[in-house]
Amino acid sequence: MTNTKHTNRLQLGSGIVVFLLAATMVSAADHRNLAATMMFRGSSGAKKPAASEFGLGPRISASGRYVATLAAERQLRPRQMQTVRVTVIDGSGQPVDGATLTINGGMPQHGHGLPTRPRVTRSLGGGTYEIEGVRFNMGGWWEFKIAVSFEGDTDIVTFNLGL
Amino acid sequence: MTSKLFLFTPGLVVLSAITGFALSNSNQWSEAELATLQSLSLSELEPLAVDPTNAAADDTRAAALGEKLFFDARLSANGAVARATCHQRDKAFRDSIPLGRGVGKTAKRTMPIAATARAPFLFWDGRKDSQWAQALGPLESAVEHGGTRAQYAHAIADHYRTEYESVFEPLPDLSAVPSSAGPAGNEAAVAAWTRLSNVQRIAVTRVFVNIGKAIAAYERRIEFGPSRFDQYVAAVTSGQPGHGILSGEEIAGLRLFIGRANCTQCHNGPLFTNNEFHNTGVPPRPGMPTDDGRLSGATAVLHDEFSCRSQWSDSRERCPELEFLVSRDHALNRAYKVPSLRNVAERAPYMDAGQVATLAAVLDHYNRAPAAAAGHSELWPLGLKARDLHQIEAFLRTLNGPIVVNGHNSTEAVR
Repeated sequence: MTNTKHTNRLQLGSGIVVFLLAATMVSAADHRNLAATMMFRGSSGAKKPAASEFGLGPRISASGRYVATLAAERQLRPRQMQTVRVTVIDGSGQPVDGATLTINGGMPQHGHGLPTRPRVTRSLGGGTYEIEGVRFNMGGWWEFKIAVSFEGDTDIVTFNLGL
Repeated sequence: MTSKLFLFTPGLVVLSAITGFALSNSNQWSEAELATLQSLSLSELEPLAVDPTNAAADDTRAAALGEKLFFDARLSANGAVARATCHQRDKAFRDSIPLGRGVGKTAKRTMPIAATARAPFLFWDGRKDSQWAQALGPLESAVEHGGTRAQYAHAIADHYRTEYESVFEPLPDLSAVPSSAGPAGNEAAVAAWTRLSNVQRIAVTRVFVNIGKAIAAYERRIEFGPSRFDQYVAAVTSGQPGHGILSGEEIAGLRLFIGRANCTQCHNGPLFTNNEFHNTGVPPRPGMPTDDGRLSGATAVLHDEFSCRSQWSDSRERCPELEFLVSRDHALNRAYKVPSLRNVAERAPYMDAGQVATLAAVLDHYNRAPAAAAGHSELWPLGLKARDLHQIEAFLRTLNGPIVVNGHNSTEAVR
């Protein structure tokens, strides 16, 4: 009985040691990841949004003036020059035509912008605009920002795209 | 007994975690990882798109002429330098020296040719936007071929008249054109060029441009063939273990490559390049003049005499690469083209001016991430151990494969 107890204690001890070792390893890995994140230049600790925040919209602009929806000819893919369309409506659901759209974006976790300068090349009416020159140079989380300037006000719609 | 099992549990969890880790280092890939592996496979390469700027690009007669011109040293100032002098077929169209040598010594390492038809921009700084425009640069460079466009037009008339006229158009009358004249030659050549009429200059330049287009028709047939890595991806994505294709060491390196080492941030897709330009803090070659890389290259390509938008392009209407180009951005300072990593282990020395002698030294650079001499490096220290770096290097060697010309291994290619 005494021997069994002793053995149990040893097992308990070794179990704890292994557990602590594993915990230390996990903590070290976390620390390493944190250190790597902190060393990302210009990353400012950007956290990837929830899956529900991803996609082509509809998305509401930062100040709530507009709702925008993206449409792509085909699934967006890395490294290809692509054309997308965006449809903008106002708070009352009316299409916004005659706005000036400025495109920006990048990879928040990598601290770089878009590799090209996409821009609106056609206004198709019904609040829809064609944006050409869209390219993403790697897979992952991209922000695609459309600044809508209309009647003296500017509001920004941010799309989170997973390539 | 119950307490004994309970007490053992943490140990068992750790044990299974360790076992799982070992398995995952052989061939257990997650769905997301398998998708990444597939995206890097050569089988993902799309059919080569038409080059609308070069109407002769897919003409086999143009390719045959281009191949002859590629190997013809008469297209040089001293009759000793061909395109194949730097792009040697038996060396996978490279020269294995730090700085390319033509009639003189250049300031840059010779770039590979394979798959460049798929690159929107050429040269380390991307100052050209097509293979044919690229091919014209070295011909007029004082340190590469060193000749003039009038000289090259005469060479075509003297040696390739029939082939040229069967692909392009009747050659112009060059009887009044001096043997050497061009806008980029020595003082005498430039003076001779200015004495030509506008009609003569256009006629000569058209022949010169068509030399580039014929060479491009040949070069666009030079591609990468499948490597051991591609065989491995084909196996694991079809549910096979891939045993015997890659070693454990190589698989561990692949896992780091698509994971912690962040290599696929730039080296992605089936050619292991995003075709962009990045400052990675590579120091300038000692004793060489420094340059600002893509910052000047982006402006240069917008104003290039032979760009997609130029009068020499066969499709000037749509040039999306130029239309949506990022230029005059500080991030372009000392940014250089991301090269393909296919066959990278055979390509020493490395970087734009051959500054880094070995693959191990390249990996050490990326791991340390030193500050850039100018502009800002996009790298950050990776904190990888020597063993990690060794594994990544082992993986990179699995990307060696044949260079394929017209579907044949280049070393077996029939002339």
